[in-house]
Amino acid sequence: MKKVKSTDGKRISSIKALIYNETTAGYLFALPFIIGFLGFTIVPILSSFYYSFTDYSLGNKASWIGLNNYITLMGDKRFWNSVYVTFKYVLTSVPLKLIFALFIAMIMTRKTRLTGFYRSLYYVPSLIGGSIAVTLVWKELFSRRGLINQLLGMAGIGRVSWFGNQKVALIPLILLTVWQFGSSMIIFAAGLKQIPTTYYEAAKIDGANRRKSFFKITLPCLSPVILYNLVMQTISAFMTFTQAFVITSGGPNDATNFYALYMYNNAFTYRKMGYASAMSWIMLVFISIITLLIFKSSKYWVFNESDKE
Amino acid sequence: MSLKSKKRISNITYHLLVLIGGFIMVYPVLWMITGSLKNNTEILNGALSLVPPNWRWENFARGWRGFGGISFATYFRNSIIITSIATFGTVISSACIAYSFARLKYPGRKFLFTMMIMTMLLPGQVLLIPTYIIYNKLGLVPSPIPLLLPHFLGQAFFIYQMMQFMAGIPRELDEAAFVDGCSRYSIFTRIIVPLLKPSVITTIIIQFYWKWDDFQGPLVYLSQPTSYTVSIALKLFADSTSRTDYGAMFAMSTISLIPVFLIFLFFNRYLTEGISTSGLKG
Repeated sequence: MKKVKSTDGKRISSIKALIYNETTAGYLFALPFIIGFLGFTIVPILSSFYYSFTDYSLGNKASWIGLNNYITLMGDKRFWNSVYVTFKYVLTSVPLKLIFALFIAMIMTRKTRLTGFYRSLYYVPSLIGGSIAVTLVWKELFSRRGLINQLLGMAGIGRVSWFGNQKVALIPLILLTVWQFGSSMIIFAAGLKQIPTTYYEAAKIDGANRRKSFFKITLPCLSPVILYNLVMQTISAFMTFTQAFVITSGGPNDATNFYALYMYNNAFTYRKMGYASAMSWIMLVFISIITLLIFKSSKYWVFNESDKE
Repeated sequence: MSLKSKKRISNITYHLLVLIGGFIMVYPVLWMITGSLKNNTEILNGALSLVPPNWRWENFARGWRGFGGISFATYFRNSIIITSIATFGTVISSACIAYSFARLKYPGRKFLFTMMIMTMLLPGQVLLIPTYIIYNKLGLVPSPIPLLLPHFLGQAFFIYQMMQFMAGIPRELDEAAFVDGCSRYSIFTRIIVPLLKPSVITTIIIQFYWKWDDFQGPLVYLSQPTSYTVSIALKLFADSTSRTDYGAMFAMSTISLIPVFLIFLFFNRYLTEGISTSGLKG
């Protein structure tokens, strides 16, 4: 009897030791992430890789068709158009957004009693711009007799059929994105605050003008923040879906048929899950390469604290 | 002109320009709010005017009635439930994961952390279709579960944010508690969690915003009109086969933004701090 009790005690204490071990605690606390990472990242990515080689619509069994989806994609004019439209959108909206964000953030560095209020004012679009409410309003602003056309009429330019003309349909969507520069602005503002004023004072003594100190002090010191904003905004711009879905439905004539929208329609409207999976994979590879390129190039234009010393 | 008055003029121009810019920025929002008190003709003819000619409060009653016998009370209830559960899940799971990555030392931690950063850079659209297929196979479509479950498994952005915050909590506190016989678990609940409060508030606010505005998730996973969220319901105004009732649409849009504005008004500081810390130190 006595012996059993002591091994029991030993077992309990060894279980206790195991539970209170740092490694056990570490994995226990990280468990939600491990489950989520496997279940909602690795498994989906691998399964979409499999489905991209199949002809699959929900309810039916997936049938293996090899590289057919990818071959069809290469000859799909609508696919190439969506790639083209998305690039056009990303390459215009992201730089414009970041330039505006930095420009306004720099204007806001002047300390006044109203600065907090001003910053909120410019931040509001970022706060609500992603909502369906504002997206619907945006559509009305660019409608035939909407605000923008009224202003253009007053300026003597005349009405523009924003959503009927392929050449201009992308502009309202780009403007909606650029309008939401607020959160990038706040990040820039926080970065600007961290630049020691002594740098500027020293530059002034050395006879540098404002333009010179902007390019020689502000931009280099801000470069890590610019990198962060650039990466995050580029990724989210590539994923843009809701605006096009709600405002233009991809039209006219596919002029705003973003990649994410075309992928969605293939999956849920045309019920071609295999085809859409192939598109997912191409997007994954595409964006990984672009993110990698941004990070690789950052060596040449981002300055870290450690480099300075 | 004296230097002083020159400075004064430059000050006034500065404020004037910034104010005009700010007014242009919020104009669309003001136009929506005042549009909720106009009827269709007044909205279509008065794109430039912010003052409603007749204050048509009935837009709110008409909009609230909703679609097919389901009123906005249902849509708001659905949105509130989904947003609160998701936000709750995000806070709990992200805090645990952040503690593990920021404070505990164990083999494999670095690898897990790197994977977490990778998921932050992974575009969500890439996962949409395969994740949908999986939920569909599990028989969870349509249901709100796909909109909630991932939140209980950590959200990379918030994990990262909480880790940044934890880095500012002195490690000596953990060590002292450990010497006093506290386990890693009670260090988390008794020391880290209470000190994490500002970061938790930031997480709640940002996650609330994202979930409240979410459109694609509900669009894909909710197909019963009784389970629609506000964002899906608002889109129904534009989809209706008859003429769009703009007054009612703007009225409901305005109401849908009230929680967003209220939180911004009261927790502005936490919000801006949260956004800026995630971008710095990175």
